[in-house]
Amino acid sequence: MGFFDKLKEGLTKTRTNITNGLDTLFGDYSQVDDDFFENLEEILIMADVGMKATDAIISKMKERVREEHIKEPDKVKEALIETISEQIKPCDDAYDFADQKAVVLVVGVNGVGKTTSIGKLAMGLKEHGKRVVLAAADTFRAGAIEQLKVWADRSGSDFVAQEEGSDPAAVVYEAIDIYNSRNADILICDTAGRLHNKKNLMEELSKINRILERKLPDVRKEVFLVLDATTGQNAISQVREFVSVCRPTGIILTKMDGSAKGGIVIAISSEFDIPVKYIGVGEHPEDLQKFDPKEFMRAIFYADKD
Amino acid sequence: MAFESLTERFQNIFNNLRGKAKLDAEDVHTAMKEVKLALLEADVNFKVVKDFVKETKAKAIGAEVFESLSPGQTVIRIVRDELIHLMGDTAAELELKPQNQVTVIMMAGLQGAGKTTTAAKLGGIYKSKGRRVLLAACDVYRPAAIDQLKTNGEKLGVEVFSMGTGISPVEIAKSAYDKAVSDKYSILIIDTAGRLHIDENMMQELKDIKAAVNVDYTLLTVDAMTGQDAVTVAEEFSEKVGVDGLIVTKLDGDTKGGAALSIRAVTGKPIYFAGMGEKLTDLQVFYPDRMASRIIGMGDILSLIEKAEETVDLEKQKKVTEHLRKSQFTYDDFLTQMEQMKKMGGISGILSMLPGMKGFDADQIDQSQFTRIESMILSMTREERANPKLMSPSRKRRIAAGSGTDIADVNRMVKQFEQMQKFMKQMNGMKKHGNLNSLFGRNLFRGKGLF
Ligand SMILES: Nc1nc2c(ncn2[C@@H]2O[C@H](COP(=O)(O)OP(=O)(O)OP(=O)(O)O)[C@@H](O)[C@H]2O)c(=O)[nH]1
Ligand SMILES: [Mg+2]
Repeated sequence: MGFFDKLKEGLTKTRTNITNGLDTLFGDYSQVDDDFFENLEEILIMADVGMKATDAIISKMKERVREEHIKEPDKVKEALIETISEQIKPCDDAYDFADQKAVVLVVGVNGVGKTTSIGKLAMGLKEHGKRVVLAAADTFRAGAIEQLKVWADRSGSDFVAQEEGSDPAAVVYEAIDIYNSRNADILICDTAGRLHNKKNLMEELSKINRILERKLPDVRKEVFLVLDATTGQNAISQVREFVSVCRPTGIILTKMDGSAKGGIVIAISSEFDIPVKYIGVGEHPEDLQKFDPKEFMRAIFYADKD
Repeated sequence: MAFESLTERFQNIFNNLRGKAKLDAEDVHTAMKEVKLALLEADVNFKVVKDFVKETKAKAIGAEVFESLSPGQTVIRIVRDELIHLMGDTAAELELKPQNQVTVIMMAGLQGAGKTTTAAKLGGIYKSKGRRVLLAACDVYRPAAIDQLKTNGEKLGVEVFSMGTGISPVEIAKSAYDKAVSDKYSILIIDTAGRLHIDENMMQELKDIKAAVNVDYTLLTVDAMTGQDAVTVAEEFSEKVGVDGLIVTKLDGDTKGGAALSIRAVTGKPIYFAGMGEKLTDLQVFYPDRMASRIIGMGDILSLIEKAEETVDLEKQKKVTEHLRKSQFTYDDFLTQMEQMKKMGGISGILSMLPGMKGFDADQIDQSQFTRIESMILSMTREERANPKLMSPSRKRRIAAGSGTDIADVNRMVKQFEQMQKFMKQMNGMKKHGNLNSLFGRNLFRGKGLF
């Protein structure tokens, strides 16, 4: 199944909801007027885009309508999709890490899907022919080590863990040694979920990040921040705090198989330069997909016409 | 940031509006526009916000501006009160069956909401209250979910029932229930796998568990950081499975937590607990008033309002007690008492706390009558309010006409006033004996310590 099919399948509900919204929007309005924009605003807010980003999008669209003399609601839709997907496009080298020696640190608040996403990534990398090491640096949450172990077994990855309650930095040190000695390709570190407003826990993360930088200077480093698509405006605060301790290089947007719209990434893209690289569309090993903004926007905004 | 100075803007808007007696439509519209933005920024669902704003507007227009508050602050106060009301007014508690029967609680919710941790925390709470608790591990899907529950159970000294992952959750729940009954447990908490509300098979599974064992409480667990989708989630779980109560998790974060309002508005069910951290003791009773302040996020305005209220209350109460000492209880005092009592949930509430206060018929004045009485008193002249002895048939007629009531209503009100007067004199007598020293202090009338 291709990316778009999978995404479409995952987003069935999303698509019907939001596109119905937009379809009615564009169907009902024969002209581009205030009512039209008000309705558009409602749809964006309901998608968790947030007030600020929504305001910005609306005024940008109004400007374009004025400058380009756009009269048809349909054309506004096109312009909107074009504008937003341009804004959320990941950079060209977003996935290069998979073909290099790389270390991936996976971070995020509690329960967003870090461990599961790591499992899926490991599956994908194994299929890609890579030797993968998984490090269980979540030594805090009950069952976290066993959970990652299951994914290590599933994917055939090497697995590094110490006992529950041990120092996560020690696990990372050990994992680096094993990664080096076995000459593996990719090291992925799971971390405990932590709320971004907890100073100590964020400091712990910063320490792990520094260890990786120091001990693996010649290895490409990625930091993936996992965000739950169900999350509202707080995601912005999450990004801000994680940026300040470990500078994420990409976002994994999970749970896109639900009915949440994930519109918060639009708001995030207007404030931070961190591309969405993957989306999670389920709990199975194959349920991780590259993020394609055009298809993402289309799946969100277009009705299923095929 | 668009909303950083919300409080400031809010105060600016209303700076030149001081001194008004009643909120007019324009004040309210201006204020509610800001409130709407604040609620949306707090992730309260768009539709819930719309309804809330509409209803609150209707209530606020024409409302009296509280003494020593600006019109804007008055609107915020009304908003806060409405939010608290929407959120359930007071903390709710699960009603358990007697010790010798099994109360069954089933956890439900999306993936990653915090069900497993919360299930264990709940077990800990009830264990510490002397109940025998059994946790049932019915998440057979997420890797190591059973390990997680077992580890937490062990830490708390709460037994965990599990049958591995090779057997259906419905069967596990059934066996756990049988064990709970035969081994005389008093609470069974069923942990279930996280699931999407649009996953029909998984929703059916919860229904099947409910059909197989007698679930007393299905508790929907929702992440406080949830955005607009919280409404859909709550709706679907309610419709498809049935929800008896709510738990909001991860409130130790910095989210405003508007989802709490959304799910409460959609389900109408009480929010029983608030998850406040990762430690197994971090589960607390949910307080609607705290949540309301958090969602509206105007901490400084709210504390300003509270301070103002406090002084108003204290000053007014001082006057009342003063009058009482001189045995002149006036209609103005009556009005003040009315306002205070309304805040405290009525006269019967107060009477129930006073020893030997049988002379006053509490049922004669119920909450709904307060407004009528108020409007009658407000139709009196200043002199009439200050001097009750002035009351005469012709004055009564004028008051009735002025307040849109009839003569019989006014007569009843006068009678109630006289009863109150007597009641107050009695209390004053007791006060002299030092029994009721705190009665008119802020303790009673702020309602904080006692309710
Ligand atoms: N529907 C759906 N569920 C997901 C997705 N990704 C993860 N999950 C589920 O979300 C839940 C939490 O996932 P975890 O991977 O344990 O999340 P985590 O971030 O590692 O959690 P902590 O380590 O406890 O902070 C699990 O039940 C996963 O199966 C997704 O894309 N879609
Ligand atoms: Mg994890």
